[in-house]
Amino acid sequence: MLTTDELIIATCLKAGQIMVENGSEISRVDDTMSRIAQNAGVTGANTYVTITGVMMSIQGRNATQIAAIKQRTIDLEKVAQVNQLSRSFAVHEIDLPTLHAQLAQVDQATRSFPLWLQLVGAALVSGPLMIMFRHEVVNTWPTVAIGTLGYLVFYLLNRYLKIKFLSELVAALVIGIMAEWAVQIGWGTNINDIIIGSLMPLVPGVPLTNAVRDILAGNFVSGPARAVEALISAAALGFGIAVVITLF
Amino acid sequence: MLTMLGQLALAYVAVLGFGLIINIPRRALNVAGWIGTLTWGCYLIVQSFDGGVVLGSLIGSIGIGVLGNLAAHYKKMPSIIFNIPSLVSFVPGSQAYQMVRTFAVGRYLTAVGFMLQVVMITGAIALGFLLAELINRLITFCLQQWGRLRQI
Repeated sequence: MLTTDELIIATCLKAGQIMVENGSEISRVDDTMSRIAQNAGVTGANTYVTITGVMMSIQGRNATQIAAIKQRTIDLEKVAQVNQLSRSFAVHEIDLPTLHAQLAQVDQATRSFPLWLQLVGAALVSGPLMIMFRHEVVNTWPTVAIGTLGYLVFYLLNRYLKIKFLSELVAALVIGIMAEWAVQIGWGTNINDIIIGSLMPLVPGVPLTNAVRDILAGNFVSGPARAVEALISAAALGFGIAVVITLF
Repeated sequence: MLTMLGQLALAYVAVLGFGLIINIPRRALNVAGWIGTLTWGCYLIVQSFDGGVVLGSLIGSIGIGVLGNLAAHYKKMPSIIFNIPSLVSFVPGSQAYQMVRTFAVGRYLTAVGFMLQVVMITGAIALGFLLAELINRLITFCLQQWGRLRQI
């Protein structure tokens, strides 16, 4: 049976783990964990959050736990849900065991937007951004189609291979080859515009934004680590495109 | 004028699409889209006065930081939910692609030029967030002082 201290730490760690896994910035995770501990009646809680692990102890008590973070995805809905749960715990709408149980539920839940809606999202990103960047509408439909296909390839590979950088590389290759093909059969007129638009759904926007925010907040372990993640993603996309350009 | 309205509508659609990809909560989608539209409007205004891409991105990201924070208070959600999708139109995707392409075909001088553009735009966005953080702190401070004055 868990003691109260252990339950408090387990709850805080669960909250922190879910938030880091789904793309929250570090200072918010730190803040949420200390708030939960404070509202559970603990003073002197120590939290240490990095993007590969979360640790917490209570000063002067014999309880410390670590939660490792093996994989990270982007699902901001879960971050918002944890935030919401923490808020309702703060105003005593729910008690600690309920909070722990609900956090486990949030962790298990699948994404609220199904795959087809994400594909619609990819289509909505690639086409409009191509028009905004390049000021032309001739290549809109090939861009929309290839952007959606590229995101589908990335999604499926990421799901089964579980190596994000490899999936990005293959998706970039597919986008480049399809863009070349679309231009050769005369569907599109400008391969550059098609590739620019189609790559936009895969751009590492979340790691980049979080890297900046973490570094500004003084988290010099997680910030640069995220910047490296964003850089490798961008390099994988760029390398895939470069291969196609040199081939044709 | 018409192209400007069209660009604003496209900015809204693009932010909505990126919101769907990174799975932000449904009730945040609309607000994030409007933030994206407003800040893209600021960017277009800067462009029409020949302000350049870098200054436009700076102004845009300041707007995103401040508006995102206000929306976070209004909707009681983390501010990154509004910041990240709104930023999608400011990503220097076009320049980054040109950089990769010119590097791949061996025109290194042009490639370095594009690389500098990418670095400057990214830096402008980061600086914009920093300035927005400053403005957010000022707003919180002013609100606190106002609340204290009203109590007396």
